[in-house]
Amino acid sequence: MALLEVRDLKMYYKTLRGYVKAVDSVSFDIEKGKALGIAGESGCGKTSMAVTILRLLPSNGKIHGGSVKLDGVDIVKLDDEEFRKSIRWKKISMVFQGAMNALNPVHRVGDQIVEAILAHEDVSHAEAVKRAEDLLDMVGINPKRFREYPHEFSGGMKQRVVIAMALACNPDLIIADEPTTALDVMVQSQVLKAMEDLRKRLDLSMMLITHDLSVIAQTCDDIAIMYAGKIVEYGNVIDIYDHPMHPYGMGLVNSFPNIKAERTRVRSLPGFPPNLLAPPEGCRFHPRCPLADDICMEEEPKLIEIGSNSHKVACHKVDMLERGVDIWAQ
Amino acid sequence: MGAVNAIDQERSVSCGDVILDVENLVKHFPIRRGLGQPLQRGPEPAVKAVDGVSFNIKKGELFGVVGESGCGKTTMGRTILRLLEPTSGRVTFEDIDITSLHSEELKRLRRRMQIIFQDPYESMNPRLDVSRIIAEPLRIQGIVGNAEGARPYIEKALEDVEMTPPEEYLYRYPHELSGGQRQRIAVARALVLDPEFIVADEPVSMLDVSIRGEILNLMLNLSRERGVTFLYITHDLATARHVCDRIAVMYLGKMVEKGPTDSLVKHPLHPYTKALIGAVFVPDPKRKGFGEILKGEVPSPVDPPSGCRLHPRCPIAKSICKEVEPELVEAEANHMVACHFAVG
Repeated sequence: MALLEVRDLKMYYKTLRGYVKAVDSVSFDIEKGKALGIAGESGCGKTSMAVTILRLLPSNGKIHGGSVKLDGVDIVKLDDEEFRKSIRWKKISMVFQGAMNALNPVHRVGDQIVEAILAHEDVSHAEAVKRAEDLLDMVGINPKRFREYPHEFSGGMKQRVVIAMALACNPDLIIADEPTTALDVMVQSQVLKAMEDLRKRLDLSMMLITHDLSVIAQTCDDIAIMYAGKIVEYGNVIDIYDHPMHPYGMGLVNSFPNIKAERTRVRSLPGFPPNLLAPPEGCRFHPRCPLADDICMEEEPKLIEIGSNSHKVACHKVDMLERGVDIWAQ
Repeated sequence: MGAVNAIDQERSVSCGDVILDVENLVKHFPIRRGLGQPLQRGPEPAVKAVDGVSFNIKKGELFGVVGESGCGKTTMGRTILRLLEPTSGRVTFEDIDITSLHSEELKRLRRRMQIIFQDPYESMNPRLDVSRIIAEPLRIQGIVGNAEGARPYIEKALEDVEMTPPEEYLYRYPHELSGGQRQRIAVARALVLDPEFIVADEPVSMLDVSIRGEILNLMLNLSRERGVTFLYITHDLATARHVCDRIAVMYLGKMVEKGPTDSLVKHPLHPYTKALIGAVFVPDPKRKGFGEILKGEVPSPVDPPSGCRLHPRCPIAKSICKEVEPELVEAEANHMVACHFAVG
């Protein structure tokens, strides 16, 4: 049994103009100790999915069905207080996007970690301080800097503090939402390396949300590619990077500049993602897809397993792609 | 689509004479001192954002400047256009010394030199529609008197950035456009005056990777087909490598290495360039593992390290690096490096 099993999860935002289907029938698993990357363009529902799992939804966002099982327990059915007490941060924690702003500027860095520990665990203040110091040490920050303020830390160090905070209650799963997007390449590399080492050492599972496919390639075991609120391709990273089978997955993988490969023109995916208030009928990708025909406009493709190794694709034209045609050749 | 040489062969306008020459450009931002501090001895403290940079760009060339945040690349781009006043040094644009121009002459020259800013969400007035955004440079330069006169220029600019038919976009507002389209409008605004030289300051860093290619290929086409010269400022060596003819790497206000793109990326000589290339992630899960990365972070540009500025972080630093600042010297054909122990 996987650590986290998400089945048919639906989360819609209610707006004056109707429902925005940000997460629409999404299913995936995360095994213990494994990392799943969630990729997609901005506005495809990646972050919405993360906050749905942690139930940190704004007042207009509601779960409209589906289940999220953690160790076999459906955490969608728990009431809010129980979820806060026993799941959030103790079992599943999160590293937020733009960690530079996730810290409170008027509180000492160490105290903010202590606060997170005391809020969730029944320990004395002294014990919490001790643990906060250990956590800082673990992410590579000298515990002597416990009493400094966030402005005395560089961007990369603040990000490490936020990671330490996510580890505060020994969770089983960390959801990292664009953890390194605002950082410089060199610092990004340092932070991701620290995260990887910790993850291996503590046998943590991770859900990494990013638009950067190269980050996923370097750190994740599996990948789910999202488009307009749905997963369109899902499987092992090596399978998907080597043989993407969905036109969108293929376009996304090919549009990544690779400094180690031959120098070519940078590719791009023409068009832009649809408005989720009124997504296209049928396959949501059809307006941008070079292979689309009548069936794509009418019928929504299901996510089905193709080949071996549980590589799943939601596309009517998958047999055309299996022949290895370069559909995005310009 | 093709290998290395395809991109270089696409050129229909050959890189010819030097169009922009930068000599020992310096830009320091003085720091205000507290009341008691003027009594202290020592030089006026300043952020040494650009500290003696020299290079030239040839006509029609795409020249990339790569570095981490705070290395002075954006300040350099702005100082070259004199959007910031240089502290010292000289910038020559086709025999015109920009650094000594008066504001009237400078305004006339701006017709030929334009800039594309990083953030397409903030570089446009949300209350102007596309036609007025693009017409603004024309109006400021006094090229056209009224909206009607501007129309052909605007349509041409929109066609240049492949936003066709132009009528469809003319009266839209920035919020009605996607990020990629907005950045195309920013390019169109820079192109409407038909400039010879464009500074593109991180033009794609705010865009989704899937659409970065559109803007980069647009720049590549403009350089290849129209001979527009670009200074492409970026932190992303991977995209610079795909579009640039030559690349310069900056660290703490200095150029540490510059050379033809392939030579620099495949045979980097400076330890910093090597680390920068090592830190770039590759979208290939079979190449897992992190490259050699430098320890620590970029020191403050107020009080940069003595000698070679990289020495506290450099894996091969020796005592000389602490004392003597290395000069930028030619190590291979057209490939310059500033390091005492540069090896390929």
